[in-house]
Amino acid sequence: MSDPRRLLDCPVPQPPRRILLGHGGGGALTHALLESVFRPAFSNRHLDAGHDGAVFEVPAGRLALTTDSYVVRPIEFPGGDIGRLSVCGTVNDLAMCGARPLHLSAGFILEEGLDTGLLARLVNSMGETARALGVEIVTGDTKVVDRGAGDGVFVNTAGIGLVEHALEIGPRSVRPGDAVLLSGDVGQHGAAIMAARDSLGLDADLVSDCAPLWEPVAALLAAGIAVHCLRDLTRGGLATGLVEIARDGGVAIAADERAIPVSDPVHALCELLGLDPLYVANEGRFLCVLPEADAQEALSILRSFDVSAAAVQIGQVVTGPVRATLRSAIGGERVIHLQSGEQLPRIC
Amino acid sequence: MKFVDEYRDGELAERLTRRIARLQTRPWTIMEVCGGQTHAIVRFGLDRLLPDGIELVHGPGCPVCVTPIEVIDRALEIAARPDVVLCTFGDMARVPGTHSDLLTCKAEGADVRIVYSPLDAVGIAQAHPEREVVFLAVGFETTAPPTAHAVLQARRLSLSNFSLLVSHVLVPAAMEVILAAPDNRVQGFLAAGHVCAITGYEDYDAVARAHRVPIVVTGFEPVDVLEGVAMCVEQLESGRCEVDNQYRRIVRREGNRAAQAAVEEVFMVTERRWRGIGDLPESGLAVRPAFAQFDAEARFGPVVCSPEAETPCIAGEILRGRARPDACPAFGAECTPESPLGAPMVSSEGACAAYLRYRGSAA
Amino acid sequence: MCLAVPGRIETITGTDPLERRGRVEFGGVRREVQLAFVPEAEAGDWVLVHVGFAIARIDEDEAERVLSALSAVEAAS
Repeated sequence: MSDPRRLLDCPVPQPPRRILLGHGGGGALTHALLESVFRPAFSNRHLDAGHDGAVFEVPAGRLALTTDSYVVRPIEFPGGDIGRLSVCGTVNDLAMCGARPLHLSAGFILEEGLDTGLLARLVNSMGETARALGVEIVTGDTKVVDRGAGDGVFVNTAGIGLVEHALEIGPRSVRPGDAVLLSGDVGQHGAAIMAARDSLGLDADLVSDCAPLWEPVAALLAAGIAVHCLRDLTRGGLATGLVEIARDGGVAIAADERAIPVSDPVHALCELLGLDPLYVANEGRFLCVLPEADAQEALSILRSFDVSAAAVQIGQVVTGPVRATLRSAIGGERVIHLQSGEQLPRIC
Repeated sequence: MKFVDEYRDGELAERLTRRIARLQTRPWTIMEVCGGQTHAIVRFGLDRLLPDGIELVHGPGCPVCVTPIEVIDRALEIAARPDVVLCTFGDMARVPGTHSDLLTCKAEGADVRIVYSPLDAVGIAQAHPEREVVFLAVGFETTAPPTAHAVLQARRLSLSNFSLLVSHVLVPAAMEVILAAPDNRVQGFLAAGHVCAITGYEDYDAVARAHRVPIVVTGFEPVDVLEGVAMCVEQLESGRCEVDNQYRRIVRREGNRAAQAAVEEVFMVTERRWRGIGDLPESGLAVRPAFAQFDAEARFGPVVCSPEAETPCIAGEILRGRARPDACPAFGAECTPESPLGAPMVSSEGACAAYLRYRGSAA
Repeated sequence: MCLAVPGRIETITGTDPLERRGRVEFGGVRREVQLAFVPEAEAGDWVLVHVGFAIARIDEDEAERVLSALSAVEAAS
């Protein structure tokens, strides 16, 4: 970026402070942006070759493919940013298939007027997160939309992973009698995002739990644990994860609220705003459904990793009508439902 | 969390349910007035822990549910004006007006902002003198003092761009209409603890005597609600009908004088339309003429309530405790939070929404 | 209705009773709270907060007394 030869050749010698419509046009401005922001952060042999797509070999066997788009606001939040989120989120979706993440693509829709310094921070964060995982961003795209048409930055990442086991991991493999494990405390990401919104005037010790989950999953698979289902908790929180597994698996899940860890600040923020922590977003937590007999071993494996150090069993798959139920701290039981729309702070 | 978690203790709850079972010799019907209590009951499954024969009936303590459709429509009209910032609590954002709701209005480009406190709306007015800031002031007696303070603050700051669209309602009027109904089945009340933190409970003595019902001022956590039920059953079993205070750590008999003074200064008591119930005398608040410049009805025109249209929604029956949400034929079928027929299904405090969320369509 | 949450006053600013504000701590989350309705409250007190206003001081002794009474009586019977 500060190579003096580039400064002499390039018609746009310095990266402008703001993204312009021209940066999405495919011409000189786009190339300047790629050179000054994206390539330094992502540099790898595929991307540096500058083709329209990346061609690579894969071993025989099964592949997993996933995609997700990221629209979080604020773009930078305690514990992360949209860049780190977009890498972790997609890597985690691959991990939930039991797939080792291999390569990612990254597509950006930038709003005209976006601060290029901010963009550089996000992109560097993506690059660092990917490198730490041994994953490369091998292809990508950038478009720019008119000011007002986008929320600063939208990112889409797609990921390819290698499935190196023979299990069928998914809700349909879940059986009555299975144990339901949760990798850690809930609600951190959503609570951190809420607290970071100026409009609520809150000052909190809240940090997003945004983190990659492949390592603990890989360890479970390497130990030969017959995992039935994995589900990372994102929007809609733990409750949504449980309902979806129950519905898609055609089973009944009974969970115990007393077993579900919630940190003090998340608990406090939820009380203050009238939110239910079970529905608050996470970005570094997952559910693991597996035979009851393997539960203890799986918990010790999970607990040996920082990201799942607080792993606990929160329930079981039982016989009964298809639904997820929760036993409350008081002893009553309730059925867990999908929420309609976002949880909004309430006063009533 | 201190003063919260202790009141969610399973063992204490169990002891209280055993106490209630020991006290009870006959069936009793008790109404909890406040939506927050309904929420706790359904969320923690408290009514299922109570002995058979104690029936908890949910009351009209959901200010969102009882806000007239005309107020919502007026809020939507005001929000659509380009010079306006419409501020609201999250609770009102999805409640349907005749054609739309505030969140949809926001999606269509209106500047609708969800605030945590009425003072946040004053802050927006202060920061944006070029915009008209209107705050949709909903809530019972608990929320009226903060709203009043916001008006006093706006006056202190000499703001000329801040006003309230008022929909504050008062609990005693609702209790009266329920008790006065000829087919009233409610034999005891759990009064709304936070409302009483403001108003005190001196006025309830007359209600208890006149209608011969015990009234227990009750809090919101499971242990509070169960203790309130226990105290109510104790009175019912011994034939007493007095006012008692379960929520002693918060509520004093005279209430909060400073808060009452603020409300008295800014608001006057008026007749109000309760959605699903009708017009109740002395049941709501309106801005006093001295503060007219802070009254959105003075700025944008009065809200006029027409006779309520026929609707399959049985909110009125539900709010008066005459029907349970799951008895409604539309419950969970045509009427869901995504496509609500009425307010109790969309409000977070509404009995219908609480039932569907925590019980499902097969109760 | 009336979601109200207990918190502890850490510090107080403002001398005019109508403009007194407290920094209140709720188990790891802090917010500025209006203290106009609890003129007797001091730093260290617990208050009940609704929409950014303290609406009551919590009587800690009463709370303690009631909880102990509940535990004791029930255990004895």
